[in-house]
Amino acid sequence: MTSANTGTEMGSFASRFNLQQYVVYLGFLAIFLFFAFMLRDSGFLTVRNLSNIVLQTAPVTIMAIGLVFVMSAGEIDLSIGSIVAVSALAAAVTIASYGMAAGIVAGLGAGILIGLINGALVAYVRLPSFLVTLATMGLFAGVSRSMTDLRSISVTNEAFTGFFGSGSLLGVPSLIWWTVIAIAIGHLVYRETRFGAHVLATGDNARAASVSGISVPKIRLAVLTISGGLAGLAGLLYAGRLQAAKYTLGETDLMTVIAAVIVGGTLLNGGKGSIVGALVGSLMMGMLNNGLILMGLSVSDQMIVRGLIILTAVAVSLRDKSR
Amino acid sequence: MNASAPILQLQDIRKHFGGLTAIENFSLEVFPGEIVALVGDNGAGKSTLVKIISGVHPPSSGMITIEGKPVTMSNATMGRAHGIEVVYQDLALADQQTVYMNMFLGREPLNRFGLLDRRRMIDETEKLVKELDVRIPSAHATIRDLSGGQRQGVAIARATHWASKLILLDEPTAALGVAETARVETIVQSLKQRNVGILIISHSLDQVFKLSDRICVLRRGKQIGVRETKKTDKNEIIAMITGLQQQ
Repeated sequence: MTSANTGTEMGSFASRFNLQQYVVYLGFLAIFLFFAFMLRDSGFLTVRNLSNIVLQTAPVTIMAIGLVFVMSAGEIDLSIGSIVAVSALAAAVTIASYGMAAGIVAGLGAGILIGLINGALVAYVRLPSFLVTLATMGLFAGVSRSMTDLRSISVTNEAFTGFFGSGSLLGVPSLIWWTVIAIAIGHLVYRETRFGAHVLATGDNARAASVSGISVPKIRLAVLTISGGLAGLAGLLYAGRLQAAKYTLGETDLMTVIAAVIVGGTLLNGGKGSIVGALVGSLMMGMLNNGLILMGLSVSDQMIVRGLIILTAVAVSLRDKSR
Repeated sequence: MNASAPILQLQDIRKHFGGLTAIENFSLEVFPGEIVALVGDNGAGKSTLVKIISGVHPPSSGMITIEGKPVTMSNATMGRAHGIEVVYQDLALADQQTVYMNMFLGREPLNRFGLLDRRRMIDETEKLVKELDVRIPSAHATIRDLSGGQRQGVAIARATHWASKLILLDEPTAALGVAETARVETIVQSLKQRNVGILIISHSLDQVFKLSDRICVLRRGKQIGVRETKKTDKNEIIAMITGLQQQ
């Protein structure tokens, strides 16, 4: 931004400024202020409650990072919720007999493997990711149920639960470390590497990417594998925090993750997105959850209100984009 | 490098798809700093020739020579490695990315940390855009905010940046309005001083006569003849295209 072309810089800044880019921050602020006022006597604003929101949101944030890559490449991953359960169960079962390291390998490995299956079917068999991941979502929901006969597996390895859940380092809870590190790496890869640029180009115009020498199938395989691996990590975080794994883990997360990513400024059709936006979107969803519970809404009312708010937020962020 | 030696030489190029012959015994030379127009009716084989020269389809037989060296290519990446760039009629640009990211799409320079060197991409883009007089608001502009002429200007600038030998323009103004076509034609004309060979495919004979030094006519996969633009006229070219006059 040299002083010589300040004029054009200003001009392009003005033309680039649109509501959609900031809707997530405005929405976050509006919901925060609303709850801060409505729930001023119910403990919403306590440090304990606010940090709880961040801790509970960690797995959703991690999954959202993966989905930003997938959606930016013009694909979708509906199987992340099922991957969470399979990974958490695989880790829990493995830890019980072989210890923490093996458990981590099993949990992450399961996620990466499922991601690779999704990616290979999309990239090389050329099936639409919507259908592939819809099928693997159902398939692995079944696998997680049959793995342990619907039983819950407890995780008693304290090193594991500390590392992935209840522990802390330098006074900061480990789940916050995970969130910060994952966002930082995700943002760097997304914004500042060739891979990130090629993901965006693929989602924007796959033919242009292809004639420019970018291997579009490799990008598709990579984003779905990353998404699977991050969903596996989310499974480990759930298992660590809850000190148990069950087939229900991650079951209801898919809608929350998609909403967080879209509200955060990532286009459903690819070519544009934001990792930091997805973080704020994810925190917004967590805050919404927390506030509605504190307001004393019944579970069914919570679902209705949450659905309506997500619908509004998504509508606002998409309307402006289709300009 | 002798200026009078051809930069691209096609000798007895033949291409068939199964039993179908798309190109028969095609020969052509393009010299540095020269604009050669390739004309012909729909289905004459122009697109097939573009694909052969850009490396997308290898020819069934015949020889492609670049600066005197025979080359074999089997994909577009190999064509680019030989210094050949194509500007497609349907603008192979990523719409939601910036001008500078499109300029370097697939070939982004990295800094010493292995991260994208945005500064360099922006500087080189601004320099080139100024040289070619492509009038865009800034290197940071998003492609979809540009007009059709500006977009084609960016596509030509990209090809110019990377082409060390030959630029292939495949109907570069087919999707543009009158004023924008004139802009793009000016840019194409200015490419001559860069000493690369330019092969332009166009349906507009006005454009062909305005821009080219020589005109090569293709009909039903055969080269009908090459004429110096100054020494021919539209009637002769039309007669060659439609087959009313054989060589």
